[in-house]
This record gives sequence, C-alpha cells and structure tokens, in this order.
Amino acid sequence: MSVAQVSSTHERLERAASVFDVQRVRRDFPILGTSVNGKPLVYLDNAATAQKPQAVIDAVSRYYANDNANIHRGVHYLSERATAAYEDVRRRAQVFLGAGEAREVVFVRGTTDAINLVAHSYVRPRLEAGDEVVISAMEHHSNIVPWQLACGERGARLRVVPMTQAGELMLDAYEELLNDRTKMVALGHISNALGTVNPIKEMVRTAKERGIPVLVDGAQAAPHLTIDVSDLGCDFYAVSGHKMFGPTGTGLLYGRAELLEAMSPYQGGGDMIETVSFERSTYARIPAKFEAGTPNIAGVVGLGAAIDYLLSIGRASIAKYESELLQYAVEAIGGVEGIRLVGTPRERAGVVSFLMEGIHPHDVGTIVDQEGVAIRTGHHCAQPVMDFYGIAATARASFAFYNTREEVDSLVTALGKTHELFG
Amino acid sequence: MTFELRELYQQTILDHNRAPRNFRVVEGANRVAEGYNPLCGDKLKVSLRVDDADVIEDVGFVGSGCAISKAAASLMTEAVKGKTTKQAEDIFEDFHRMVTDAGYEPDRKKLGKLLAFSGVKQFPARVKCASLPWHTLKAAIESANVPVSTE
Repeated sequence: MSVAQVSSTHERLERAASVFDVQRVRRDFPILGTSVNGKPLVYLDNAATAQKPQAVIDAVSRYYANDNANIHRGVHYLSERATAAYEDVRRRAQVFLGAGEAREVVFVRGTTDAINLVAHSYVRPRLEAGDEVVISAMEHHSNIVPWQLACGERGARLRVVPMTQAGELMLDAYEELLNDRTKMVALGHISNALGTVNPIKEMVRTAKERGIPVLVDGAQAAPHLTIDVSDLGCDFYAVSGHKMFGPTGTGLLYGRAELLEAMSPYQGGGDMIETVSFERSTYARIPAKFEAGTPNIAGVVGLGAAIDYLLSIGRASIAKYESELLQYAVEAIGGVEGIRLVGTPRERAGVVSFLMEGIHPHDVGTIVDQEGVAIRTGHHCAQPVMDFYGIAATARASFAFYNTREEVDSLVTALGKTHELFG
Repeated sequence: MTFELRELYQQTILDHNRAPRNFRVVEGANRVAEGYNPLCGDKLKVSLRVDDADVIEDVGFVGSGCAISKAAASLMTEAVKGKTTKQAEDIFEDFHRMVTDAGYEPDRKKLGKLLAFSGVKQFPARVKCASLPWHTLKAAIESANVPVSTE
C-alpha cells in the first residue's frame, strides 16, 4: 500500500468517525430499545435525567464485581485500585470541564449539592447585612433557594436579572444590578424550563471586570455543549452526572483553586481531615476538604465512563446534530394546531416548552405517555418562570443526541391525539 | 386511543372540564380552604356555606388545574350540595378508595356520577389531581367558621 493510499484510508476512517450515526449511538442505550404501553419508548424527558449507555452500566457493575473497596485509606490491593479509579476520573473530569488542575474538581452528589456547597462555604461567611447576591429570572429552584437561605441568614438581598417575553436575559439590567455590594453572581448556563442558552461568557466577564465571583449552573449545559471553564473565566461551575448520561447521585463542582483553598469545609467527617483531636482539627487539602465521608465511588467510576463516552462521540458532533434536531422539533411542535411555544430564545439547546390551547399540560402528558412518549409536565422546578408567563405549568419535550426526527414526529402525532380526545 | 385513556377521560369528565359547575365563590361562605399541588402548580379554592344543622347549603370552587382536577371539583360540588358535612366526608372516603384501590368495589349508589373517576386508578400519577378538590373540601369543612363578609 502506498503512502498516499494509507493516508486516504486514514482520512476515510476519520471521516467515518466524525459522521454522527444516531442509529449506532442508540444501540449503546439499552433502555431505548424498550416499549412503554405497548409502544416503542420515545424518551423526551432528558432535561430531567438522561438515559445511560451500556458503557456506564458496565463500569458501575464491573467496579462492584472487581474493584470494590474504600478509597484513600487502605493499604491493600483493592483499596489502591479503587482509589486509582476514583482519582483517575477526577483527571478526566478536569479535561471534560477545561479546568487547569485536577484538584479544582470536587465530586459532589449533583448540581444542587455543588451550589449548596458554594453558598454555605464560600458565600455565607462573606455575606454581610445589605450585601447582594445576583441570580436570574430563569433559574432552577436549586439556583435560587441556597442563595435565599444564605441571604436570609445574613440579612443580605437576592437580586434578580429580568428576562424578556422571548425568555432571554436583559443584559443592560444585569449590568445595572451589579455594584459594590454584590458578593456573588450565580447564573444558569442553559434554562431547564425554556432551553435558553445564556450569553454566559459575556455575563461572566461583566461580573469579573467588577471583581465579583461567578458560579455557573451547568446542569443543562453539560449534556449538550463543550464546557471550558478556563475560557469562560468563571469561579465555580456545577454539573450533575445523571443529566450527562452518568449515574444518579454524582456531580462535579469546578472551583478555582484559590477560592476553594480559602473556603471553610462544607461537611465534617472522615477523609476531609488532616488531623483530629478533641481540641481542634485541621483539614485536608483541596479537593478532599470538601469530600467528607465515603463518597459514591461506583457512581464516580460510572461518571468517568460517561465522560469517556461523550468525548468519544465528540461534543462538537453532538452539538451539531442536536442543533439540527432541535430546529426540526421547534418547527414541528410549533406547527401543531393550538400550540404556543413558551420561550422563543434565539439561542436554544435541548428544550422545547409549550402549551396546548384549552388542554392542561398534565392531560397532554398523560395522553402522549399512552403513545409511549415521555415528556415532563409541570413547573420544572422553575416556578418564577411560570409566574413570569402567568401560567401554572408547561409541557416540555427535552432532547439528547440519541433522539431522532422520527421521535419528534411520534410526539407530534401523539399531540394530535389530545385534540381527538378533547375535541 | 387506548382503552385506559377512554376510561380516564370519560365523557362526564370531559363535559365537566369544558363547563365546570359551581365555578364561583359562594356568596356568604362560612368555610373556605385553598388546595395546592406543589408538584404541578395546580391551585384551587373551595368555599362553602354550611347551615346550623351542618348541611352544605352551597358550595363552589375557583382555580386552575387539569381536566381531571377541574372535573373532580365540579362533580364534587354537585355531589355534596345538600348533604351534611359528615355525609360529604363519607363520600370522599369511598371516592378515595375507588381511585387508589384497584380491588375495591365502590358503593355505586353513594358515588353516582363520581363513578366516572374509576379509571383514575390506572394512572397513579393522576390520583392527586382527582383527590385535590376533596382534600380541599375536607380542609374547608374542618376550618373554623369564617366570618361572613359584610359587603
């Protein structure tokens, strides 16, 4: 084989790898081959939790079958294996998040846990009466309540960046909200209720120019976008493992080393200490300082497999495929008789929220479920967003890279049945 | 359309969803309560006028909700009007068992039109929708006498 032939074979292989094959990807997820109510499952509730590829399921069971031991404390073989596996995921997570160092990655239970950790250990001790924390009008409850608790305790004030009817944040108003009293800005990267992709890099820069630390809630971004915390310039970034095809009860908190080091511990216990006496204890270095007790080792190993899986498909390929699918979905769902889209942001990822005239979202959800289509209905843990639009609930279809246009069509057909029933 | 779905959305339910009865605040109400389902954001307010003999003279509801909860509220008001509060609570007990217990044979005479909700038991996620108005009614009955508005 000539050099030219070899290089062309190589190119062909690379091209093959870069072409996103949704049918091949679907075969990696055993649950996608199952039926619901006698119909093939059409899973469009990915913003709530994503399905797991076989690689993740295998990693968790392999860990329990072959490697299970407690970490960071045993001298024996298995403990060393388990520790190595656990810490290896930290290095992969560092790459996944674009963090400068592995020690800037803290394993947590999920985004909620990550935000509570920062609110408790970073913000609360630094808040004084009259200080302010800035969030946005489209936050998930988990990026509202932890700040509310901290503010309430310290006599500080929660300020909210307003949004437009389209579901986009008002950047001028955001800038005006920031002042000397602003101790923290906490913003969602992508809205779980509307799908809005916020101009997060710009918003981080606006705050950082004023010396204000920023946390980004990346729960909805991790499954869809390439995340690069170094490029974003944020101080904290929180993600949930289960929304990015990993196990439940896992998550990542990126924190800038300097800030993590300056923070007090979150929970006390084993693994987070250096020395303990009844008089005083000294704490472990970061990130161990924030990982008290035996962590979800098997879950973290599974999360590592999810990261590998996502990187092997390629996040750029995923984003490209999803953006075309979502555009198709927005047009197809928006075209159904009597449907009104809730939120029409220019930049959207993963989510389409909608209402059907005269039919409550709960009824819509039950009817399409009978056709095997799983969507979420309700307030999506974002009641202020519902209040903003003067509604109690929406129906929400949310997508992952394993969804297809045919599945969008199934949803549209199922939505048609609601008219059949309700007339 | 599946059989289960037809059973859930029976004609009576669709009718009461479209045109709910007693969809109003009762004039001179002396018992009120608000019901809220934090899971879906549905809100409902039930108001009653109960006389000295404990008879529900008038009952109404206002609020927003799905077809199941709206129809449940509407049919509930029809079912309990003219009954004593004790009888109303008794109906609720039977109703609740009907929508939660698959093996239960409801008292057909006692429930009457409320039998339309028998399909709900196939949909555990919707039991709360059907029972929210009743829980709210119960709370209203148990609430202290509300002073009648003097307007």
